[in-house]
Amino acid sequence: MSILTAQLDLRYPAFSLQVDLEIPLRGVTAVFGPSGCGKTTLLRCVSGLERAPNGVVRLDQTVWQDDKMGTFVPLSSRPVGYVFQEPRLFPHLSVQSNLEYGRKRVPAVRHRITIDAIVELLGLKRLLDRRPHKLSGGEQQRVAIGRALLTSPELLLMDEPLSSLDVQRKREIVPFIQRLNTELSIPIIYVSHSLQEILQLATTLIIMKEGRVMRLGPLSEVCTQLDARYFMEGRHMGAVIDTVVESHDTEFGLTTLGFSGRHLFVPHQEQSIGEGLRVQILSRDVSIITSPPDFHSSVLNVLEATVTGIGTIHADHPFVDIQLDVGVPLLATITRKSLVALDLHPGQRVYAQIKAVSFRQEYEM
Amino acid sequence: MDVDWGPLWLTMQLAGVTVIVLLLVGTPVAWWLAFTKSRIRTMVEAIVALPIVLPPTVLGFYLLVALGPHGAIGGFWKELTGSSLSFTFTGLVIASSFYSLPFVVQPLHGAFESVGKMPLEAAWSLRASKFDAFLTVASPMAIRGFLSAIVLGFAHTLGEFGVVLMVGGNIPGVTKVLSIAIYDHVEVLEYTQAHILSAVLLLLCFAILTIVYTVNRRLPIHVS
Repeated sequence: MSILTAQLDLRYPAFSLQVDLEIPLRGVTAVFGPSGCGKTTLLRCVSGLERAPNGVVRLDQTVWQDDKMGTFVPLSSRPVGYVFQEPRLFPHLSVQSNLEYGRKRVPAVRHRITIDAIVELLGLKRLLDRRPHKLSGGEQQRVAIGRALLTSPELLLMDEPLSSLDVQRKREIVPFIQRLNTELSIPIIYVSHSLQEILQLATTLIIMKEGRVMRLGPLSEVCTQLDARYFMEGRHMGAVIDTVVESHDTEFGLTTLGFSGRHLFVPHQEQSIGEGLRVQILSRDVSIITSPPDFHSSVLNVLEATVTGIGTIHADHPFVDIQLDVGVPLLATITRKSLVALDLHPGQRVYAQIKAVSFRQEYEM
Repeated sequence: MDVDWGPLWLTMQLAGVTVIVLLLVGTPVAWWLAFTKSRIRTMVEAIVALPIVLPPTVLGFYLLVALGPHGAIGGFWKELTGSSLSFTFTGLVIASSFYSLPFVVQPLHGAFESVGKMPLEAAWSLRASKFDAFLTVASPMAIRGFLSAIVLGFAHTLGEFGVVLMVGGNIPGVTKVLSIAIYDHVEVLEYTQAHILSAVLLLLCFAILTIVYTVNRRLPIHVS
């Protein structure tokens, strides 16, 4: 696994970026934050499109920028692919030529991806002879992704690649990005201000605010921290769990998902047994009981849990967030009244009742 | 009746060579104007536009002084080659290049600006060096700008009169261009010859512009 090091300090009157990062490049690293938080600038500095004075950018031991040593490798010599917010296809070239543009400029010995593979992966076959202006926005963005991948980059940078597309087009492209990661194993840094995209795609999450990095860690950890509410919109807050489909129950129309030796029963899913499925359990859909569920309940999913943390209590707010461990971190939002009634404290054994499980295809975009 | 076609041929040569010189000089200037953040940009823009508003005789006068054996350009040239620039074809090319500069730089400047930085950044990210990106992305995208620059530069040099008169004089076969030949014919009341040469120039300019506008419409550049 590669590590990307970025030490950047950029100051403008209305904007600043101050980061000192070591990003483990595994899967999709999502950079999340509101507009103007510096996430695009971070990406531009990593790529070499922008140069922060006295900055350091390194991929493992390869130095891309180190101003103390006087090193600055221009973007054209960095092994990165860049997918911009807009497709930026070359209007005077066909789709085929757009795809070949970068590939032709990389020595053949470094080619790791064939045009055929990209055409297949991104579904571009019937577009090859067309001019970019004849394509829909989603098709253009797919070509732009393919064009970047065909340089066989060691790192793919994506700057809000879906933000200029409508909901339909987003749904069309998200699966392609998921496949990129699993089939080509090129690490991706994915900048977005859409939590929905990130919950679907991210392995690692970086949260930025006002030019600084607030959180960096595995998605499942960052989004179940007790202060997650400050960074994520409350209605989307909750655990994200990567599960595996274990069995289908045709009689009742249920599917069993497994993770960390636990099981979740959910309505029937299309995935076949053994396939992975990412689910989200919103904190507002988790309730806590302190005694074993020996009574009859309509709630199917009750997991043994340990209380690992209790969120800050605000006198003017009726709710409090509870962090639980069910093999993976889980977050529950309960009332302060319940907190007192149950007398919860860290280390306590409890049971988490899960009222609903959301699936990535159901996430609102 | 005798029509001397020499001036027409000379005019074509002058316009052709001037356009080539201007493309070589004007393209970097236009590129710099389109992308620089330098504070002297507006000043350079104003200097480039000067020949549009300056009376040709004023421009011609300064060029005459500069190109003369004691002038900045002429003196340097004399030291370099041993010959003078005034009243020579080379002198005319230099003078015409100043005279037609805005007609080449401005369309290119506009074209580069409308190409913008975005496709260039995309090209760099696809391993193209800056020069490579200029050649393979910016230039084809700015093709209409180049076409306008070539045609306007050429046509504007064809019609040059005042500057040539000041700098080049009226030496047959060397500096006697079409517009001056027409003037000469009129002076001595040779209206037939003046008519023929004028009609040729008129038709030529009309034909060039028609072709350009037609081609321009059909050029395969589509910006979504």
